[in-house]
Amino acid sequence: MQARSRRGAPPVRLIALGLLSACLLAACANRPQPLYYWGSYQTQVYSHFKGDGSAEEQILALEKDMARAAAEGRTLPPGFHAHLAMLYGNTGRTDQMASHLALEKQRFPESGTFMDFLLKKFERPATDAR
Amino acid sequence: MRVNALKTGLLALAALLLGGCAAPAKYDYSAFKESRPASILVLPPLNSSPDIKATYSMLAQTTWPLAESGYYVLPVTLVDETFRQNGLQTPADIHELPAAKLREIFGADTALYINVKQYGTSYMVVSSETRVTAEAKLIDLRNGRTLWTGSATASSAEGDNNSGGLIGMLVKAVINQIADSLSNRAHGIAGITAYRLLAAGRPNGILYGPRSPMYMKDGSPAQ
Repeated sequence: MQARSRRGAPPVRLIALGLLSACLLAACANRPQPLYYWGSYQTQVYSHFKGDGSAEEQILALEKDMARAAAEGRTLPPGFHAHLAMLYGNTGRTDQMASHLALEKQRFPESGTFMDFLLKKFERPATDAR
Repeated sequence: MRVNALKTGLLALAALLLGGCAAPAKYDYSAFKESRPASILVLPPLNSSPDIKATYSMLAQTTWPLAESGYYVLPVTLVDETFRQNGLQTPADIHELPAAKLREIFGADTALYINVKQYGTSYMVVSSETRVTAEAKLIDLRNGRTLWTGSATASSAEGDNNSGGLIGMLVKAVINQIADSLSNRAHGIAGITAYRLLAAGRPNGILYGPRSPMYMKDGSPAQ
């Protein structure tokens, strides 16, 4: 009501105040977009540790996350492909295991030493069998 | 009169917001800045609490804050599996391993040693409180130097008063969402503890890693 009577001045002041608050809050909150698409990854990791649910169920949930991340053009977090690789390995899908260990290494070269260690361990019985 | 009141209000608001922002620049980050690690190997945490679930509950919560801070976090499940396959069953055994050995197998720049000091619910006359407290130490596996140490706590009782701001609201939301069992409640609280302990950009917290847009832009100049 009072704002009307003073013709424009209070709205300007309000806008300035709003802008100032927004700036300060933005600087303070400092919360950019997450770096990764997490989906259910953290939950699946905890389920695995607790022994809840089957590997198959966990694989299905992670495959769904993978599809959603791809659809949104987002990056999956560190460890996602490696964890999925382990689940594939536990269910006998060794080809998929190897390809996801390689994917982890490709996306995150920092994992190279460990991924190579795992791939080597896994390749050895295969070459022995030949 | 009205202008004065507005000015005073504005100043108070600015002071309040800035006060909330300002970080006490106390921690000596010189070793951290010399090292500038890119990857972190999180070892299964030691558990000083009576609840055996603490180790893996905390371990499962560590990847998010560290990865979002810009670090590569070695896959916690595969790392744990590797220790098991090599006959190392307890966190205490794992924490004793030489840095050079960890570096050789996992190739990580650093290892994070966590100790969960409190985990679980204490029952009081009128209510109960779920609290998770943890300490952490970041060690450079290339030379054994300590780069950073810190500690954090979170409690279900924090949501009761509104002083916690954003985090307080987060605590409350977690408790309301995961109220089905007390063990789940502790796991939710552990997530907040892990965030406070391990997310970069917090007072005396770890610095941002190379995969964050904030990399090299934080931390007070080494004094």
